[in-house]
Amino acid sequence: MLNKLRRVGPPLLMLAPSLILVGVFVYGLIVANFTTSLTDNHTAAQATGQKPAVFVWFTNYLDLLASEDFQHSLMNLVLYTVVFLVGTMIMGFLWAWMLEKPVKGEGLFRSVYLFPMAVSFVASGVVWRWLLNSNQDEQASGLNRLFQIVGLDALQNNWWNNVTFGIVAIAIPAIWQLSGYVMALFLAGFRGIPEELREAARMDGASEWKLYRHVLFPQLSPVALSALIIIGHMSLKAFDLIMSISKPANYQTKVPAVDMFVFKSSFDYANAAAVGSILLIIVAIVIVPYLIRTNREEKR
Amino acid sequence: MTAEAEQLTAHRPAPAAPRVHKGRYSLARTLKYVGLIFFLIVVLIPVYVLLVTSFKGTGDADPSRAWNLPQIWTTENWATAWTTLAPAIGRTLAIVVPSSIISAFLGSLNGFVLSRWSFKGADIVFTLILFGMFIPYQAVMIPLTQLVLDLGIPTGVPTLILLHVVYGIPITTLIFRNYYSTVPHELIEAGRVDGAGMLRTYWSIVLPISIPSFVVVLIWQFTSAWNDFLFAVFFSSSQNGPVTVALNNLANGALLQNYGVSMAGALFASLPTLIVYIILGKYFVGGLMSGSVKG
Repeated sequence: MLNKLRRVGPPLLMLAPSLILVGVFVYGLIVANFTTSLTDNHTAAQATGQKPAVFVWFTNYLDLLASEDFQHSLMNLVLYTVVFLVGTMIMGFLWAWMLEKPVKGEGLFRSVYLFPMAVSFVASGVVWRWLLNSNQDEQASGLNRLFQIVGLDALQNNWWNNVTFGIVAIAIPAIWQLSGYVMALFLAGFRGIPEELREAARMDGASEWKLYRHVLFPQLSPVALSALIIIGHMSLKAFDLIMSISKPANYQTKVPAVDMFVFKSSFDYANAAAVGSILLIIVAIVIVPYLIRTNREEKR
Repeated sequence: MTAEAEQLTAHRPAPAAPRVHKGRYSLARTLKYVGLIFFLIVVLIPVYVLLVTSFKGTGDADPSRAWNLPQIWTTENWATAWTTLAPAIGRTLAIVVPSSIISAFLGSLNGFVLSRWSFKGADIVFTLILFGMFIPYQAVMIPLTQLVLDLGIPTGVPTLILLHVVYGIPITTLIFRNYYSTVPHELIEAGRVDGAGMLRTYWSIVLPISIPSFVVVLIWQFTSAWNDFLFAVFFSSSQNGPVTVALNNLANGALLQNYGVSMAGALFASLPTLIVYIILGKYFVGGLMSGSVKG
């Protein structure tokens, strides 16, 4: 018994501060948040504890999911995620593919493609709000004006002011910021493929396409999965860019994270908590299997 | 796959060098450079806009001049942005520096324990910690405001230090754990034979060889805390908050958008992380890679 304590004691002691912090601030609060989401805590008086809140179970969730307003947010989230994922994966792969073989000035290209990642969404939002200005023709500035200058007037559009597809405009700066990250992941993947493998396939007379299809793509698929998971879970948390480009009150571009902020600001804690829990569930569906899989692979 | 490819190619004479394709290759090369330069320009467009607009005076406000260089270059916007944002930049430093150091240190302790002293359930503990990195913080925000209130921690700098430390633990633990798994076992075993306790081993053997990982972790934490907006907007105001909140306020506060000032402000707010990226790019990428769980 004492022996066991001596063996397990020190590591536990060293882990203790983090375990307590993560236990309380992650798991404790997730439970507390879920509890709040099951109450009728919709007013400032209840939020400050002056008036009691009563359990209403899943009413908030049902009301939210039935409301057209929230459905619009979910639809926006799906659209944003799809465009963001497809955009970053294509750009990231393309850049990595172009830089994979020795290229003059490789360092410069790589650094420039990756630099937007070091900038905050709020700062890039300032310039993208200008670029995505919805004014057209005479009044156009930003990208719409640039389209006129290069003779592509037809491409002018109202960007994030479009009710159905406005959110896609917000995905553009997100793609600008994170394609470099996906490129870095793919580049690491390419570099991890042994040269002999390619040589072997080439000597075998495999065409470039077959080389990719049968040798390189399978080797890159774990990297692609990592990239999908990371970008995917980032897109579910989309918030900063929308706050700085189109503002939280903008119906066209709202997503659940923005709704949560609006509910919180109006002291509707129950609905804010419910939106938070919905986001958590969506993320967990994607992340938990991934974490379990990674854990299992490591053990092998 | 690998074995198959090797088998297929065994005992085959090497084919002659594919000289026939040389012309095609150089065309492909040219096309590649055209592509690379095209994307270079596209990625840099926002930088051009930021720089040019920040030096423009009110005389350049007409939309027809949107993409032109300033008629008269002025540093007025820079001066205004600096006086508005300087206090917030100071507060951001006060948040980011201590929180990065503390969370890096905690991550190093965790990473060491979880990679070396494997006890039953160490993997489960690690996975549970790691999950904290992926949660949408919206799912804890409401009770978190209550908890911070109950703990009596003032909003602004103190609260944000605490939050960046706590929610930084998963990623710092991950990076250090991956790093320590690559440290040769003998190095630590040697310390153990000497009868050094776990804490002694950590202090005198592990910590000194952890410098490269500390650099990666500190850069990562510095960048993400500096760029944080979500926690900042919930737990501070433009009076006591970091530069992201102040910048957002500057860019959207006034009825009339003053793009010159807000773009100068955006550049100020991005300079520290950009400088870190330019000087320590290698370590920055190291942090990015660890973000992909498997490192």
